[in-house]
Amino acid sequence: MQVVSGVRDPLVTGGKTVHDVSHDISRHVENPPAKSWYLAMAISLAVFGYGLYCVFMVLWNGIGMWGLNKTVGWAWDITNFVWWVGIGHAGTLISAILLLFRQKWRMSINRAAEAMTIFAVICAATFPLIHMGRLWLGFYWALPLPNTFGSLWVNFNSPLLWDVFAISTYFTVSLVFWYIGLIPDFAVIRDRAQVAGNKVRAAVYNALSFGWEGGAKTWMRYESVALILAGLSTPLVLSVHTIVSFDFATSIIPGWHTTIFPPYFVAGAIFSGFAMVLTLLLITRKVFKLEDYITIYHIELMNIVIIVTGSIVGVAYITELFISWYSGVEYEGYAFFNRVQGPYAWAYWSMMTCNVISPQLFWFRKIRTSLVATFVLSIVVNIGMWFERFVIIVTSIHRDYIPSSWTMFHPTMYDIGEYLFTFGLFFTAFLLFAKFFPVINMAEVKSIVKHNSENVGADKKVSEKQHA
Amino acid sequence: MKENTKVYWKGLEQLTNSPDFVQNAHKEFAEAPPEENLDHSRRDFLKMMGFGVSAVALAACEAPIRKAIPYVNKPVDLDPSIANYYASTYINGGDYCSIVVKTREGRPIKVDGNALSSVTKGGTNAQVEASVLSLYDNDRLRAPKATGKNTTWEELDKAVVAKLTEINAAGGQIRIVSNTVLSPSTKAAIDKFKAKYPTTQHIQYDQNSHYGIAKANEESFGTAMIPSYDFSKAKVIVSVAADFLNAWGSPIENTKQYALTRDAGEGKNDISRHYQFESNLSVTGANADYRSQIKPSEEGAIVVALYNEIASLAGRATVSGGVDKTYLKKAAQELWANRGSALVVAGSNDKAIQVLVNGINDMLGSYGVTILPHVPVYFRQGDDAAMANFVSEVEGGKVAGVIFFNCNPVYDHPMGDKIGAALKNVSLSLSTSYKEDETASMTAFLAPDHHYLEAWNDAEPKKNHFSLAQPAITPIFKTRAAQESFMTWAGESNVDYFEFVKNNWKDRFFKGGNLQSFWDKCLYDGVLEMPVEASSVSFAGNVSAAASAIASNYKSGAAFELAIYENGTVGNGSQANNPLLQELPEPITKAVWDHYVLISQKDAAAAGITNPESKTRYANITANGKTVKLPVLIQPGLAKGVLAVAIGYGRTKAGKVADGIGANVYPMVSMTNGSLNFSAAEAKFELLNEDYQIAQTQTHHTYMGRQTVIREFKSNEVKENPEILTKSFAPKVATWLDEDHQVKPGELSMWKGHDYKNHHWGMAIDLNTCTGCAACVVACNVENNVALVGREEVINRREMHWLRIDRYYSSDAEVTDWKGLEDASDNPEVVFQPMLCQHCNNAPCETVCPVAATTHSSEGLNQMTYNRCIGTRYCANNCPYKVRRFNWFKYHDNKQFEKSNVAQTSDIGKMVLNPDVTVRSRGVMEKCSFCVQKIQAGKLTAKKEKRELQDGEVTTACQTACSTGAITFGDMNNPESKISKLLKLRPANPNKPYGIDKIADNPRAYTVLEEIGVKPNIFYLSKIRNKDSANA
Repeated sequence: MQVVSGVRDPLVTGGKTVHDVSHDISRHVENPPAKSWYLAMAISLAVFGYGLYCVFMVLWNGIGMWGLNKTVGWAWDITNFVWWVGIGHAGTLISAILLLFRQKWRMSINRAAEAMTIFAVICAATFPLIHMGRLWLGFYWALPLPNTFGSLWVNFNSPLLWDVFAISTYFTVSLVFWYIGLIPDFAVIRDRAQVAGNKVRAAVYNALSFGWEGGAKTWMRYESVALILAGLSTPLVLSVHTIVSFDFATSIIPGWHTTIFPPYFVAGAIFSGFAMVLTLLLITRKVFKLEDYITIYHIELMNIVIIVTGSIVGVAYITELFISWYSGVEYEGYAFFNRVQGPYAWAYWSMMTCNVISPQLFWFRKIRTSLVATFVLSIVVNIGMWFERFVIIVTSIHRDYIPSSWTMFHPTMYDIGEYLFTFGLFFTAFLLFAKFFPVINMAEVKSIVKHNSENVGADKKVSEKQHA
Repeated sequence: MKENTKVYWKGLEQLTNSPDFVQNAHKEFAEAPPEENLDHSRRDFLKMMGFGVSAVALAACEAPIRKAIPYVNKPVDLDPSIANYYASTYINGGDYCSIVVKTREGRPIKVDGNALSSVTKGGTNAQVEASVLSLYDNDRLRAPKATGKNTTWEELDKAVVAKLTEINAAGGQIRIVSNTVLSPSTKAAIDKFKAKYPTTQHIQYDQNSHYGIAKANEESFGTAMIPSYDFSKAKVIVSVAADFLNAWGSPIENTKQYALTRDAGEGKNDISRHYQFESNLSVTGANADYRSQIKPSEEGAIVVALYNEIASLAGRATVSGGVDKTYLKKAAQELWANRGSALVVAGSNDKAIQVLVNGINDMLGSYGVTILPHVPVYFRQGDDAAMANFVSEVEGGKVAGVIFFNCNPVYDHPMGDKIGAALKNVSLSLSTSYKEDETASMTAFLAPDHHYLEAWNDAEPKKNHFSLAQPAITPIFKTRAAQESFMTWAGESNVDYFEFVKNNWKDRFFKGGNLQSFWDKCLYDGVLEMPVEASSVSFAGNVSAAASAIASNYKSGAAFELAIYENGTVGNGSQANNPLLQELPEPITKAVWDHYVLISQKDAAAAGITNPESKTRYANITANGKTVKLPVLIQPGLAKGVLAVAIGYGRTKAGKVADGIGANVYPMVSMTNGSLNFSAAEAKFELLNEDYQIAQTQTHHTYMGRQTVIREFKSNEVKENPEILTKSFAPKVATWLDEDHQVKPGELSMWKGHDYKNHHWGMAIDLNTCTGCAACVVACNVENNVALVGREEVINRREMHWLRIDRYYSSDAEVTDWKGLEDASDNPEVVFQPMLCQHCNNAPCETVCPVAATTHSSEGLNQMTYNRCIGTRYCANNCPYKVRRFNWFKYHDNKQFEKSNVAQTSDIGKMVLNPDVTVRSRGVMEKCSFCVQKIQAGKLTAKKEKRELQDGEVTTACQTACSTGAITFGDMNNPESKISKLLKLRPANPNKPYGIDKIADNPRAYTVLEEIGVKPNIFYLSKIRNKDSANA
């Protein structure tokens, strides 16, 4: 526990007491869900169901159901994969790196962000699986398992194999980290259920909390584990997207073969991840009335992260363009000329507008503290980041070395359906999470609630004064 | 010593020594062995019943039945899994090729050229290569038919003979209509029929008629014949609209000869110069050094002008008329300068034009050198006048009996609809076609002939050049040789056509000795050739009459003229039902499964037509009173004001594969000056507001000035500065050894490289001799069981061809103008580049596969292990040559591919599959294997015979099919191999002779995308255009 200066702005407003925190967060788990939740769930499930049909059709008939062709072997599948993995990054960054940097403002957003990471990684992982021509064999042949096929082993040179390790490690660590954080909060819900006499809920949450008893030793261990896991997660924030970028960077295709990719991908991932966190939290905050926990201050800080990472991404785009010209290599030059002026120029310029220009609007304080503007821009950024991956993947390979093979890629309803499938999956999972799990880390938030009774009711004034 | 009182016990039971234990202690087993336990428990009963029920239930599930019937008695000379080869002859109308048929377990699976023939010299073309699949055509007739019902041969013969006798008795006229009949024995059989029914006349016609040439020669030299041409002796070739590499004369032979003059090997800088004057860009025009665009109506005028130019150089009288065109004077001067080794050919079927061409060739002294009138060819014996006469006879009800002998005039004759309509009034109509085609379906009797691979036959393509055809399989259906039919109807007692052919050969060619060995030798060789006595001719044509005929017969001035051409895939349409040909990219347009009207770039721009992504609109084309509706395709090189359409489409009764594709344009062919004219002086073009997408395998048509992809030079540049070949290309990608030493990329590597201790397979492809004919593509498809995916999937850009021919047009734009480079020139230079897996030594596909499904062999091959592939497609993305093909669907099983993938989806079609090559399942990647099955077979043979593998023993399918020898395959480790000598290979590091780095000292050799350091095992030889820089 660190001491927080009394003059610091409170991170939780509304003069919340520790009990208020427990009550505000737990009641969403305890009360029956609102109609809006049912509606959202129904829509998510419908989208998920339609997506499942598309997935089935692709698995049953073959990858040809998608719009891929002899020249463009990856398009929406890997675009979506990279996009989802990127989105996941914000959760890890918030929970791990910001924890190490002792950024207390993260406390009220990390739970949801981590949940988002888990679901995003699950969504991401579906693409490398489904995109395989022979999923029924590929899902285990890509693992270095001892086998009876003779001396067959995986190819450790292949970046796709590195992906397998990177993503599975990332998923495992994120899941454990997230779950460990949930344990004390589950215990709170259990305790409240016991008080309220709800035996079923008490039993379920007791099991989920692994019988947490809240002793000082337990807390000490809990915090140590959290710190260790944060330490483990930190390199993952950088490594996962670095390795994903190797899929392209180690290839020989102009537009893919780019040494700038690792940092550029990581920045892009955090950029899109924060945008997605904002999109989700702005809704959650509204629906669950958590305005006191997720304040404008949080949103503003996240918007600043978006400016920084968005600018890094912008610089990367311009560097790529410059280097392609400066290198004097015809193929590199053409690849970028084709991005800017070719048949997919609309995708390139969508990307540029969404990713480079739109986040710069956050320099205006009015915009970065406006909920509506933030919400809109967070979606714009995610659209832009999707286009970034599409531009990198498709515009690079649709016209590479041998002009006779140049083609266009046209998505089919199954490409789109597959993407919708992950949306359905993601929102279904997120809605279940929002209903059954505490969406804010109560244990941590309680540590930043001001205990000084004098501050009760004064919070708002202080904050208004300082911000004015 | 104290007694040891310790008690050792085996277990607690022994220690306690309970009565139970004592009772059982002596038994070997604690419990009775299971077999002795006869009283089964209730549980056992349930277990067994469960197993039994589920076993019965599983067995009841329908298991696929795979028909594989082993031989009970092994046939002589036939070992399972060992291929047998039979020399035979491909005959399709007048199209001829001497071939070797490869059979496996009694099934023909591949057709190769027969090198022993001096006519085709081992060459083939796409149609010959594809013909093996026509044998297994599902739409073939399975039995004779009479008035629409299946019947037996006995019944049919009875009915036919009755009719014939009746006609004969009444003195009615009988006609046998056929395409060119090359076979002397067939003609003898027809003669027997004629002898029995004396009113019979045999009328021959050709879809792609050369009647005008025969008539011109009759006028010029006194005999109606078509001479042999020897392109190999020609230093200057001028062709006026003759597509001699694809459709004119004897294309396989021409290609072979032409390639000899185009070989720009070292010390052979004097390659031939080829001028082409034509409207539509043909395969021949694409290979020309200088190409001028003309309208079809100007063909005559060009010839007149050329005649006049040469005549004035020769100091002879000129004729009136003529038109000047770019390069015409230059062509004339060079022809004259090279007289004695020059050749002028014209594609026109007009006697007048051909008389003038004869006159030119006479002045140039071509006769006896490049034209051999003493060796007439018999490929085109069709008589347009006789056929026209037949049409009017049959229309006028003057014919009582018609036998269509393996021809389909209702479809492929301009007056076909008249013939079809008149057939109901003919008392006996019969077709021997092996399919119920447009003509056969209108005849009363169907007496299906064998496919040529099932039949005995012979051929005389050229005077004194004979060729035998022998069956490579027992007839699949109840068909009968047409010759046997003729002889049966003629009332012959012995109708066995095999005996007949053999006796014919005995009578004509056997000069004593052992008859059996003579016959065996003929069969083994497939050909029998005898010298022809040389004789000279003197030209006696009336050139001024010809010139005035031209002037009066051809008028230009219409907004659009129509050129009707034969393309390099479906040809004249007789084999249109063969999906190998339908899915073969047309050499120039790269379109498949589609019929279209070609329009020039300028006219397209004026009409506002563009073809982004092959998307286009329909148009109505009207010419000679016929209108067809076809999609429009823009064709660079096509002369402004000309529309071009191909024959061979618009079949309605060819079968499932071809029916309904395009429109039949034969009816647009008219008669001019007594012979068929494959053009129309006036055509109407009406663009419709109806969208269409043409299936093309290549949608980007220029090579964007990329010198690492295509290297071409002008002969003049090379002569002046031979170093240009090696020095002109400066790689833009550079690597630095240290601050001062720039090295070529690829000279430094983080890889150790492979060691090829045994063989190092490699290939050389000569861009100068490759004519783009695409026979290799079909050969590759057949050899490697490549799936044919159909029109829709080609539009989705998913054709499966392992080998493709990239066709690039030149662009007028500067090398730096990337946008401009995307547009082809109005009259572009064309280059063909066969592109297949380059078997890179540093293969980018190999490193990225997560499961190591694509790996490097110890002999330099990049191998694909289908069974290991999980289908991530990363390898295909990372392939810089884009030669990898993914199985998007289950091509061999899914219903949607039944039409296109005949060879893998139908029981009969499956007989053509090469048993040595796996049919790939869905979800796996595939690509060229360098015909690894042939390499393995060659190595095994050598091993069994305890010797080293000889160079040339292993050939790839594409190499074998290539008529021009543009493809050379061999062991690059063997300094004596043809490829090593051609490329002048030497190891880059003398201490590492078996390493991956081989340097080719042939200055024309280069590897595609050398810069990126993947080190392919395929070398290309750069293209040399025989052009003077100044005029280019």
